[in-house]
Order: sequence, then C-alpha cells, then structure tokens
Amino acid sequence: MSSAQFVQCLINGVTPGSIYALVGLGFTIIYAVTKIINFAQGEFVMLGGLVAYTLIHRAGIPLVPALLLSILIAAAVGAAMYLLAIRPPKKASVVSLIIITIGAAMFIRGIAGQELTKDFVSLPSFSGEEPISFLGAHIDPQVLWIIGAMVVVTIILHLFLNYTMVGKALKACAINPVASSLVGINPKTMALIAFVLAAAIGGIGGVVCAPKISMSYQAGVMLGLKGFVAAAIGGFGSPVAAVFGGLLLGIVESFAVWISWGPFTSDYKDAIALVVLLFILLLRSGKLAEEERTG
Amino acid sequence: MRNYLKYAVVLVLVAALLALGGIGCSTKEEGGATPTPAPTSYKVGALFASSGGNQPLGYPEKQTVEMLVKQINDAGGINGHPLNVITMDTKSDTTTCVTLANNLIEDGVVAIIGPSSTGESMALKDIATKAGVPLVSCAAGSVIVEPIGNYTYVFNTPQLDYVAIERLYTYLQEGNITKIALLTATDGFGKAGRAWLVNKTKLDKYGLTIVPDGDLTYGPSDVDMQAQLTKISGTAAQAIVCWGTNPGPAIIARNMKTLGMTIPLLCSHGIAFKSFIDTAGTAANGVIFCAGKLPIVDQLPGNDTQKALLEQYKADFEAEYGVGSANTFGGHAYDALNMVVDALKAVGPDKAKIRDYIENNIVNWPGTGGVYNMSAQDHNGLPRDPKQAMILVKIVNGNWTWLQD
Repeated sequence: MSSAQFVQCLINGVTPGSIYALVGLGFTIIYAVTKIINFAQGEFVMLGGLVAYTLIHRAGIPLVPALLLSILIAAAVGAAMYLLAIRPPKKASVVSLIIITIGAAMFIRGIAGQELTKDFVSLPSFSGEEPISFLGAHIDPQVLWIIGAMVVVTIILHLFLNYTMVGKALKACAINPVASSLVGINPKTMALIAFVLAAAIGGIGGVVCAPKISMSYQAGVMLGLKGFVAAAIGGFGSPVAAVFGGLLLGIVESFAVWISWGPFTSDYKDAIALVVLLFILLLRSGKLAEEERTG
Repeated sequence: MRNYLKYAVVLVLVAALLALGGIGCSTKEEGGATPTPAPTSYKVGALFASSGGNQPLGYPEKQTVEMLVKQINDAGGINGHPLNVITMDTKSDTTTCVTLANNLIEDGVVAIIGPSSTGESMALKDIATKAGVPLVSCAAGSVIVEPIGNYTYVFNTPQLDYVAIERLYTYLQEGNITKIALLTATDGFGKAGRAWLVNKTKLDKYGLTIVPDGDLTYGPSDVDMQAQLTKISGTAAQAIVCWGTNPGPAIIARNMKTLGMTIPLLCSHGIAFKSFIDTAGTAANGVIFCAGKLPIVDQLPGNDTQKALLEQYKADFEAEYGVGSANTFGGHAYDALNMVVDALKAVGPDKAKIRDYIENNIVNWPGTGGVYNMSAQDHNGLPRDPKQAMILVKIVNGNWTWLQD
C-alpha cells in the first residue's frame, strides 16, 4: 500500500464517516436529555434531503432558501413528533418511548414515500463536481461541505451547551432531571428543545449529503443504523464522542474493504464494523456501569 | 376533560353507525337499480415488490399494471368483461410473496403476473404449477424457465440474466478487453447477476479474467463506494462491470470521477432510469449499459417492429407518471399483462387454456422486451443470442444514445 493509497483509504473512510457522525450527533442530544434512543433520527436526515428536493423541483424554490426551509421543516417534524407521540403517554417507560420512536420512524417514512417521492433523488452539488487533489488522493468537493457542516454543527453545539442559559439548562437536565426541575428548569421543555435540535441537525445532514448520496424515502433506515453505531461507539456521551465514533466507523469500513481477500470479501465490511463496536462496548462496559451507579 | 372524552367517543360511534347505515342503503339501491347481472369481471393477480429492496423494479411494474387496467376497462374491458387485476405488494419478501400468492389463488384468479425478483418467482413455481394457475414472472432469472421440466405453467418476460451479461461481455471482447473488475450489489438483483458474471464457461467464452481476487460488493444503500474503487484502481482491470439497481451504480460513477478513474464502467439495465443521470451528474457520461430498446426508442428506425408499441407505452406512462419515468422494468409487466389479456380475449377465463394460449400463440408477438416466440421448449420467448436480444446504450452529454456495434 503506497502512501497515496493510504491517504485515499483514509479519505474514503472519512467521507461516509462524516455522514455517520452527523446522524450520530442527533442521537446523543436526545439521549442526553431524555435517555431515549430516537430511532427516527435517520428519518430526519432523509426528510432534509427529500423535502429540499421537493421544494426545488415541485415548488420551484431556489437552492439556498430551499435548503434552509427544509431544515426548518425537519425541525418542525421533530417538534411535532415530540408533542404528538413522545409527550402524551405520561407514565411510559423509556423502553416504551423508544418503541414509539420506531413507530414514528415508520410513519414518517410512509408519509415521505407517499407524499414526497418514491424515486431516488439527489440535489445539485454545492460547488461543482471537479475532484480536489490532496497528497496524491482525490476528494469530492461535496465531502468538504459535509465535513464542514459536521465541524460547524459540533462547534456551535458545544458553544450552545456550555455558554448559553438554555444550553446549560439542557445539560443540567441531562445530568439530573429531578434536581434541575427543582431549580425551575422544565424537563419537558428541555426535551422538546432536544428533539427540535436533533431534527434540525438531521435536516442539515440531509441537505449536505443529498448531493453526494442518493436520497430516497427508505434511506433513513440505513443512515439511522450507522448513526446509531457511531453514537454507540462514542458511548452516547458527548456530541464530540459521536463524531469520533462516526469517523472511526467509516475508516474501519474503508480499510476492511482494502484488506478484503479470498473468502473475506467486502461483504464483510459491515460485519467488521460491528465487531469493532462490540469490542469497544466490551472495553467501555466497566466505565458505563460506573456511570450508571454514580449518575 | 373526562366528560369531553365521553362525548367525543359517543360522537365517533354515532358517526360510525351513520356511515355503516349509509353503506348498507347504498348497496341496496345499487342492487335494485341493476336487475340484469353485469358481465362477470376477469380476475388476474399481480404480485410486485412495490416496497422494500426491489422497489426500483416492482414499483414501475405496479404503476404500469394500474395504467394498463384503466386503459383496458375504459375501452370496454375484455370482450365486454371488466378486467380486475388484484395488485399486491410483496414487500420484496419471499415469505410474504408466497402467502399473497396462495391468497390470490384461493380468490380464484385465472393467472398471476409477477413477482419482480427471481427469488420470489422461484418460490412460486411449485405453488402455481400445483394450482394450475399460469404465472408470468417479471424477473430475469434464467432458472425460472430453464429447464421448464414439470413447471409448465411458469413463464417470464424479461431478457434472461445470462443474455444480458453476455451482451456486455461481447462488447468487452470486441474492444479487446481481457481483465475486468466486478462490483455488484449485495441484494437479490446483484447476487443473481454475480452468479453469471463469474461463470467460468462464460468468462472463457469471451476471453475474460476477473481482477482483483476478492469479491467486491457493496450494500444497496451504502453511501460511498470509493473504498472498493480504490482497491480496483490498484489492479490491472481495464473495465468495471457493475451489477445493481439505483442508486448504487450512480454513486460508483461519481466516485470513479472523483478518483480520476478513466476505465469504462459497464452496468446492467438496472440503471436505465433518468434518476441515474440526475444522481451521477456529469460522471454519468460514458457509462454503458445493456437494455431493451425502450431507452432509445426515439433513435430506432421507422421499420422496427417494436417502435410503435414502445413509443405508445412510453407516451402513456409518462403522461401518467411524469417525463422521464418510463423504464424497462415497467415494460416487463406490460408484456406479462398483455400476454394474459390476449389469452383472455381468445379463450376466456380458463386457466389451462390461458396457459396453452401463451405457450402456443404468443408467436411473433412484439412486446417492450423484444419479439416473443413462446413454445413448449421456450417459456421466455426472447432470442438467446445476446446481440439480437439486447442493445447497448451509452450516456453521452446526459442522454441515452444507442451504441451500435
């Protein structure tokens, strides 16, 4: 393996990895505040892409406003999902709520397939398709947008959580809901904010990925799964950990394809990624149990 | 709050009762208004994967059948009998498909068209034969009809899978290409294609070897295939053959452009959708695929036996479902249903006679897939010579162009 090939393999991994990371980010926010694993997270990404496409091609809205509008719509769907499906069942356990998110995901997918489009669609690339050369390797310019979006979202999220009142309230609620409600933070409002944030981040992921990957109403399933793995590798802890989880997953998949030979075909790349996940969960299990006791 | 809820429940119940009563009344009225019995409708079953993994194949098939049934019934049905096609979604799942097929047979359908994939079709061979219901599959697997054996009730309409693969291999051989890389989807369509792509006899026949050693595949919903392509670019491969349906091949075309790979990309008819060009962008240019004549119908000479029919199908389909939506998969269902309709016209709703009619009378019969010649020895009816059976299409400046060789 030459150094150019090595760099290329790395880039090949970072490309899907940054997509997984963007999906994974949404998982961590909702989990932190509500302890719910939101299996509809992939659907928000799908919505971001499909709504933008529909706005451009059916309503004739120009690219940039269509992108912004579709992120807002995804956020609105996130809010609606919380208000209509997650908040009403009052004494439901977290597990029941997780199952509700699976139902919500199916619902969103069905509506999207019925009302938006059943086709595979994609958006025009933001800055052309001419590849950029880097240390002898090649990058699709759209990947820079995806990585850029991921970095900006992570930084803004970090600043928001640590330096604004609402953000600090969210964190407080994540650390101890009972204590935070005693000091006047409403956990339900915080949960709503978490859902809206996660859905908006999903929408952002959807619009920046749609030129690179083909979106369809079923695309959310796989994206949600990979994003879940990314968040799980990061231990569902911080958004930054989910970003590293996503990148690690992408890079492992990429090198798994490179080393494939004989019976170990590239079919195994997903399996290898899951083995890595298992391994990390095993390593972390002690720490997680500790967090459970103290947290 | 509780009280309001009670009122709401009562209201809903009353509304429901009223609605039920209304239905009861209306059916009575209908019965009274038509004392002479209307001609009985002809019941045909249709099983398509209109959702799930094979949705890109099954959905246009379902759309085609819905359109065709409407056309036939608007024109007065079949010899005055309305055509009733019961279309079911197999969800791309073999078990669901079997259950639905049994339901259709119990329902008394005289023939079944579909299913969309080879796997589902294989599962129905026994069921259709035992029940004596003609099955006209829309899947390309040669195993469905070769050999026919006891499965005399089973037909299929697409160009057989190995014919499509030989069509690409003929092109490679003529271009003096000897080393190829394979990149196939891990779904049913991709696996069926791979099985023939790696067939030793076929490879030897066209003087081809496959590099690199390990099988290269991709998941149908993977977001990026640069990893697989980087592996290929390190080998002596002179061309890539990709077998899969959208969107995988479009992502591969884009990734190849990003990586600066200039070797030709050859694909199956699974990419014969306008969405391939939309997704791949300028990277679509130069991609070659094998298909029926539908994509290049505008370039066919006036004396082509299929031209009028293809133009009609394309115009009708696109008037209903949008410009650029017509595709060869829908065409398979068009051919399958038309065979059954022709049989119904000639022999009426008799299952055995329909089977006999398709076997003996679908001769010199132009369809979207080609000119069919069914017989007791051939339940596909299309030529097996790759050059006769399929054409090659090259994407030039974002348009499908007939690549004549």
